[in-house]
Amino acid sequence: MSSSSLSIQGLAKRYGAFVALAPTDLVVADGEFLTLLGPSGSGKTTLLSLLAGLVPPDEGSVHIGSDDVTYAPPYERDIGVVFQNYALFPHMTIEENIAFPLKMRKVPAADAKRRAREALEMVHLPHIAGRYPRELSGGQQQRVALARCMVYKPSIILMDEPLGALDKKLREHMQLEIKRLHREMGTTIVYVTHDQEEAMTMSDRICLMNAGRIEQLGTPADLYFRPRSLFVADFLGESNILPAALRTRVGDEVEIALGGGGVAGRALANGTDLAPGTPVRVMVRPQNLTVARRPQNAASPDALEGRVSDVMVTGSLTKVYMEPLDRNLPPLVAAFPTRNDADAVRIDDVLTLSWSGRDAVVIADTASAGAGAGAGAAGAA
Amino acid sequence: MNGHPLTMTVPAGAKRRSAPPAWRKPVLMGAPLVLLLVAFLVFPVGQLLALSVYNGQGFTLAPYAQLFASSLYATVLWITLKISLATTLVSVAAAYPIAYLISVAKGPAKSRLIFWVLLSFWTSFLVRAFAWVVILGRNGVINSTLMSLGIIDRPVDLLYGFGAVLVGMVHAMLPLAVMTMLAVMENIDRTLPRAAGTLGARPGTAFWTVYFPLSLPGVAASAIMVFVSAIGFFIVPALLGGRKETMITQLIIDQVQQTLNWGLAGAISVLLLTVVLIVFVLYDRVFGFASLTGESAAVRNRDTAMRRLGGRVLAALGSASDALIGCLPRRRPASGDRPLALAAFVWLLLVLISLPAFLMIPLSFGKGGLAWPPSGFTLQWYEQLLQSPIWMQALWRSIVVAFGTGLLAMAIGVPAAFLMVRGQMRGKGAMLAFILSPIVVPRMIIAVGMFYVFAQMGLVGTILGLVIGHTVVAVPYVVMTMMAVLRNYDTRLDMAAQSLGARPLAALRHVTFPILGAGMLSSFLFAFATSFDELTISLFSSGGLSATLPKQFWDEVTLQVSPVIAAVSTGLLLFVAALIWVADRLRRRSLAN
Repeated sequence: MSSSSLSIQGLAKRYGAFVALAPTDLVVADGEFLTLLGPSGSGKTTLLSLLAGLVPPDEGSVHIGSDDVTYAPPYERDIGVVFQNYALFPHMTIEENIAFPLKMRKVPAADAKRRAREALEMVHLPHIAGRYPRELSGGQQQRVALARCMVYKPSIILMDEPLGALDKKLREHMQLEIKRLHREMGTTIVYVTHDQEEAMTMSDRICLMNAGRIEQLGTPADLYFRPRSLFVADFLGESNILPAALRTRVGDEVEIALGGGGVAGRALANGTDLAPGTPVRVMVRPQNLTVARRPQNAASPDALEGRVSDVMVTGSLTKVYMEPLDRNLPPLVAAFPTRNDADAVRIDDVLTLSWSGRDAVVIADTASAGAGAGAGAAGAA
Repeated sequence: MNGHPLTMTVPAGAKRRSAPPAWRKPVLMGAPLVLLLVAFLVFPVGQLLALSVYNGQGFTLAPYAQLFASSLYATVLWITLKISLATTLVSVAAAYPIAYLISVAKGPAKSRLIFWVLLSFWTSFLVRAFAWVVILGRNGVINSTLMSLGIIDRPVDLLYGFGAVLVGMVHAMLPLAVMTMLAVMENIDRTLPRAAGTLGARPGTAFWTVYFPLSLPGVAASAIMVFVSAIGFFIVPALLGGRKETMITQLIIDQVQQTLNWGLAGAISVLLLTVVLIVFVLYDRVFGFASLTGESAAVRNRDTAMRRLGGRVLAALGSASDALIGCLPRRRPASGDRPLALAAFVWLLLVLISLPAFLMIPLSFGKGGLAWPPSGFTLQWYEQLLQSPIWMQALWRSIVVAFGTGLLAMAIGVPAAFLMVRGQMRGKGAMLAFILSPIVVPRMIIAVGMFYVFAQMGLVGTILGLVIGHTVVAVPYVVMTMMAVLRNYDTRLDMAAQSLGARPLAALRHVTFPILGAGMLSSFLFAFATSFDELTISLFSSGGLSATLPKQFWDEVTLQVSPVIAAVSTGLLLFVAALIWVADRLRRRSLAN
């Protein structure tokens, strides 16, 4: 296990006319936790299967360290895969399941047994070695699958929606568990999920996929606060996306005119370099919108105003849904920590909305806004 | 609500009236089938067995004395076991790759494979056995071909020997072995061998240590089904075997039809039944009966010496096959897990099991009778067939009996299947074992016992008698098919229908039956086809004059062989192909809606 970095160049897979994965480049650093995120059919599982060697690619190459493994069968790749349904062998005991990869590597039986026990201790299940998979709960099976994968210390572990079948509470617990194991083992992990919260919680970097290609690659903060496309802005978390026109540029910020043009505002240029007058979109997260009562004196023509259509207290957050008075703007939602006077805002109240220029970002208003996203920020924790 | 309005007991009493007793529904659903089996399976078989120790005057062991006095019966039993065992081994080994390929195939390729297996499965045993007579005979396909090629200059005796019987038996049993095995293989999780690959197992090791052990319940189930069917089979040894290949069922026929020695027939039946029971007890000890109905068998054996040894053998097999694969030139991995060589081998097997029946087509149009190669073109055999009142009556009778059997088996089998899947009661396992017992008890014993009872009731030679007899042997298949269908059926749909205002019967009519339609149709066809091809029961119970089609076929091939047989065979083959095609069409349409 010299170096466990993973890199793919121009990797592509088609099924007949359907492009499961368009030619794709990606580099995963040694010890990194990278998540492939996307809706179903976006190509994330295809990419994972190509990495695992479970399906042969149509073109491109896969390197693990310096070895070209593009067409190598799975058993020659030194990878570990945690499958969605765990894929524990039903006819073997837990200990036999965990010792299986060691046996395949010709580890002496006594040694394999000891290491299997150690792996079970690592996932806090030392007492179940003699049981069969069907005798375990879903969460226990999940941990056994992890243990079976970690026991032979593969250089890269691939996980395909490993927590998909667990209930919310157990899932959150297992997320922490996997993070802990990742820290302790220092293994490179490529993790597939369609759950954006899970991706945000766990990843060093997220690779957001859509329609067989990478939409944006970056840290969770990159994707959340600086989305490069409408798809990214929409997919991760709740967002308000407003039509706007660029006015002038001030450092890394731009002045914009919203909707019909009456309302002015500021936003981060977000890497875009567009001429003034270009129509764009501006994204503001609900929790970054500040709502206030309309000043008593009069309507201010350059403020964004909206009529409350609904108020929802979702526990820690209160969400206020509004119809902007400017009919050119879509409905908006603002969120703020719930306080004791949450019921002070009522339906049909007219409120003013504002935001800090650092909390809004410009997104180019084209469908293919994700072009060049593959070269996105490569920061890793 | 006629109760007294003031007492507290009234509401309770009223409530009790509105809710029928809990036992009523299960009894109504299960009773008809149980009664049928008690009256026409347990009672007749019991009668037959009793005849071996009761001769009309009192208790006797004379039949057993006769049985053990001569070495004939022990020899025949030994031959029977030998042939059945060899048939089982070859059938299961050949069925494995076929079933494996079907289980991994997808879409149209899978449908094609299944069609050919089903075609053999449903093509009459008689047609298939008789085809081998034509192939292996002195003027048969093989001898004529070898002679015209100059390899031999006089015909070789291929027929009437162990080899011919084995070929015929395997041909008869292979489709059954495939279908039984497939039920288990379809349920094996495809990701498991792949997971083994990612954990470092080479293909051979992944197959032998992961896939093969998981498919073992299917292998065991098909082995026992084949063995039990083979041990009670008489068509193939009678047509293809010589004196040295006489099987025990043929002795029973002789005792009943020629010597009328019911006591000895009963004693031989006891012998046969004992062997079958021993096999079943052994099977249950090792694998459990659950695996027979396609349910995933629970792994029961813990860490035993046997298990460790098995593991080591499989690991060695894995390494050996990996070494073999390693010798082959390395290719880029093909997509999917279907090596070309496997597909070619399986198609070869399928051609081999389909071809014999198809040979009857050219013969049926030839002028030269049943000698190979066919010469000229004539429709005279078909004309003879259509003008023969005996054949036409037999055909008509078979169709009526098969319809009657299908309807009766559905009427009593479907409710029982509902009860087995949905009902909550004790003794379900025992009841299921009872329902499936007509498959376990050798058909010959059922047939002879039934003949004895029917003779007393005046049912011999009647349509009703044949319908009842065929229903007894067809109804387990209806129950099994319907149980498999019902297990995949989401019962919440019924609850949804009822919550939307449908009464139970309306829910059944508008929701349950339309969705289960395809499954019910295939159950019906299963019963229909079982009856249509049934010979053993018909052999005795149809009486001398009211033969069914298989009985007429049998009489014809055992007494005088005429090319009309080829015409009948061709007709049966086309009929079965049409049946499978229609069933598949209907199934697809019901899924599309």
